[in-house]
Amino acid sequence: MRAFDFLYYAAGSLRGHRLRTVLTLLGTAVGVAAVILLTALGEGARRYVRNEFAAVGSNLLIVLPGKIETSGAAPIFGGTPRDVTLADAEALVRRSPRVRRVAPISLGQAPVGYRERERQTTVIGSTPDLLAIRRLAVGAGRFLPDVGTERGGPVCVIGRTIQRELFRTENPLGKTLHIGDWRFRVIGVMADKGESLGMDMDDVVIIPVATGLRVFNRTSLFRILVEVRTHEQIQDARRDVIAIFMQRHEGEEDVTVITQDSVLSSLDKLLITLTFALGGIAAVSLAVAGLGVMNVMLVAVSERTSEIGLLKALGATRGQIGTAFLAEAALLSSAGGAIGLAVGYAGAGALGRIYPALPATPPPWAVVSAVVLSAGVGLIFGVVPALRASRLDPVAALGRR
Amino acid sequence: MIELQGVTRVFNVGDTQVRALDGLDLKVDPGDYLAIMGPSGSGKSTLLNILGCLDRPSSGTYRLDGREVGTLSDNDMADVRLHKIGFVFQFFHLVPRLTAQANVELPMVFAGLAPSERAKRAREALGTVGLSGRANHRPPQLSGGERQRVALARATIMGPALLLADEPTGNLDRASGREVVELLERMNARGLTLIVVTHDPELGQRARRLLRLVDGRQTNESV
Ligand SMILES: Nc1ncnc2c1ncn2[C@@H]1O[C@H](COP(=O)(O)OP(=O)(O)OP(=O)(O)O)[C@@H](O)[C@H]1O
Ligand SMILES: [Mg+2]
Repeated sequence: MRAFDFLYYAAGSLRGHRLRTVLTLLGTAVGVAAVILLTALGEGARRYVRNEFAAVGSNLLIVLPGKIETSGAAPIFGGTPRDVTLADAEALVRRSPRVRRVAPISLGQAPVGYRERERQTTVIGSTPDLLAIRRLAVGAGRFLPDVGTERGGPVCVIGRTIQRELFRTENPLGKTLHIGDWRFRVIGVMADKGESLGMDMDDVVIIPVATGLRVFNRTSLFRILVEVRTHEQIQDARRDVIAIFMQRHEGEEDVTVITQDSVLSSLDKLLITLTFALGGIAAVSLAVAGLGVMNVMLVAVSERTSEIGLLKALGATRGQIGTAFLAEAALLSSAGGAIGLAVGYAGAGALGRIYPALPATPPPWAVVSAVVLSAGVGLIFGVVPALRASRLDPVAALGRR
Repeated sequence: MIELQGVTRVFNVGDTQVRALDGLDLKVDPGDYLAIMGPSGSGKSTLLNILGCLDRPSSGTYRLDGREVGTLSDNDMADVRLHKIGFVFQFFHLVPRLTAQANVELPMVFAGLAPSERAKRAREALGTVGLSGRANHRPPQLSGGERQRVALARATIMGPALLLADEPTGNLDRASGREVVELLERMNARGLTLIVVTHDPELGQRARRLLRLVDGRQTNESV
């Protein structure tokens, strides 16, 4: 018996039971579509995070005061670290040729007010280089003046949310803003940025870093952002930074230098695991669809008992009968898989249009395994019905009408 | 061609045993025409199933063309059915979703013949039974007599040596029954060995030989 004849026979008997065929197709299709969609979501989340990091710059080092043991989930601080100072930040640019620029950061929460309106917000102290390092943009006015790191001044740049909430329709440029008991002149408004690395960059006030330290009465910086010239130099630059700090801090390594890559890769791993988990859950629905295929095929065998008996009387072997039923099950489930694939891709595409930030494309491994699984489901769950069909006694089968 | 010796077929129903065939001896020569008659439950169909390699004797031997076939493997039995034996049933047993031509093609599908060859031979066979114009009709669109003639074309498509018919006219009116019988006899005249189970005495008399069964045993055989 030829391969085509098996398929033709299978297709013929499937056509004979439209509703049943359609329902089973649906089962497999839903399973495959679920695999595609859920893994697309997971993959989309992963890419979203990647893009976020790329937007911040992939050749970034972050220096935190204190040595953090990054082995556990919660960082453990050992001892009391020395301050990380503005002089340290300047030393980095001066002493390492691999460092292009740095942005020292001081940070605090404070009530910010304009006339009678007030709002609790994040106040970032930094230098003009923050603009380039964090890829920010100014919407109106200008950014912090380049007057040297150690010198500050009572000026500030505000985010869009602050502008909206405190100034409403007024032009904020040149107005006086209160930060705690201090008074600042607004010299610029940031362009819309939104969430970036877990911080709402629209709901901030940026002031010169030296002023920031004074306002919050700190001696140590919150962190230093270090931009390395090229991505390839990042590990060398990291060693440079640690060496410079050790020299300045009497041979003690009391800062933590995080590379963007290490943060990204641990997040990446997490999201890949998540994607696998989602895919696995969806695969369960495929297995359930397989049970549906098996059920349909068992019904088909009992419905076609006399036909099977006849085929045997005409000279069909057990193997031929079994193969024909297996072909039918495989045809059923792989057609369902094809439909599911189309639906899954369409769904992922629609998702991408609704949430452009989330690039939801199913990963190739998920697509391949969904297709293989759906065909395999037919073969695996088709075995029992096929065996039952092939073992039918032709006389008994023919006798029933 | 056919040689049965002491063939017995016992069915176990619960804890009672039914002896459908009880020590039957039978010889059929090539080209012979044998009718099998007897009351209901006398073992006629059981005998035909054993002759057609659909069933095996519980004891005794069945030699077909000199070869013991009662102990063949399932696959070898299927091969014997495919190439040596044709079946015609009382209830036609056509596949309803297949056209007349596709039904006739079925045995050739199992034999692995090419589609073009199958189509050619199937159309010829339908012509032989007078159904050239019905090749693309499905069984529900055919009369009983026409269905039985399609079944006959299918039974003989592989050029078997032996044709077994279990009450082939049992479901037909006189006229179409007659047509079917004439076709069967014409094939027999061309050398096909024909064995017919029937309740119709008239048909029984037409055969060259008549085997009467009662309770799985032969009561007489007339020539
Ligand atoms: N699969 C089976 N299981 C149990 N008993 C069976 C089976 N097949 C046949 N028999 C019994 O064997 C006996 C012979 O049956 P068979 O079908 O050969 O009779 P028959 O001569 O063809 O009858 P009919 O003229 O009604 O077709 C009957 O008593 C029947 O009940
Ligand atoms: Mg009978």
